[in-house]
Amino acid sequence: MLLSNLELVPGRRVLKHLGLVQGSTVRAKHVGKDIFAGLKNIVGGELKAYTELLQESREEATQRMVAQAKAAGANAILNVRYATSSITAGAAEIFAYGTAVVLE
Amino acid sequence: MAALLDFLDVILFAALFLLGLFAGRWNERRHYASIRRREKELAGVLVFSNRFPPQVTVRVPTHLVSGSAVISDDYFKNVVAGLSSFFGGRVRTYESLLDRARRESVLRMKAQARAHGAAMIVNVKFQTFAIGGRSQNSVKGVEVLAYGTAVGAVARA
Repeated sequence: MLLSNLELVPGRRVLKHLGLVQGSTVRAKHVGKDIFAGLKNIVGGELKAYTELLQESREEATQRMVAQAKAAGANAILNVRYATSSITAGAAEIFAYGTAVVLE
Repeated sequence: MAALLDFLDVILFAALFLLGLFAGRWNERRHYASIRRREKELAGVLVFSNRFPPQVTVRVPTHLVSGSAVISDDYFKNVVAGLSSFFGGRVRTYESLLDRARRESVLRMKAQARAHGAAMIVNVKFQTFAIGGRSQNSVKGVEVLAYGTAVGAVARA
């Protein structure tokens, strides 16, 4: 499965458009990470646990999108975009979407 | 003793404020030094916000690449930002926070592109997400995600 946020793939023709595919996940942080992050909040610096958490969520959302595209018979997803929104104070939704296509 | 207890709040605030000021500044300086060093290392990977690579007729490998970083603010920045939101104007302490997060995420994205052997990244998009938001007690930080399509080197005709 080829993923790209371009609308085309250089040198390859799109044979078929299969429409929008999407994947999302809602994740909450856990308390242990939050206590450490609270300390980091005093002295500054990167919150690695949060970076990883969001990255994992993004991978999961991407995988769900890919699964949907596979089910539709696509071999690529073009114009991929990400969105993040906070649901409550402790949880965020990560959303990935794109257009499933069949490339030659 | 009672008088000391009365001042405990003030002392605690001053201690956190100073700790935030010095540790935060030290952390920021160290981070900037690391950013500048890696920016030189990865200067070979070109980054464009153009939608398409300069040459699109040739078949080249492409990969979706991304980089992200969550940077926390510190106690000092938090207090200064609180004051700034009262008086208005520039919030310099948060400007550097966003700058660091953005440059860090671009560096991570570039490192991924280089791992794929790509020479450039096109159609780069940024997304900024405030962690903690407006609530008073939660952890505050900012996540920046940078993503784009890494394009393999195009052979010049």
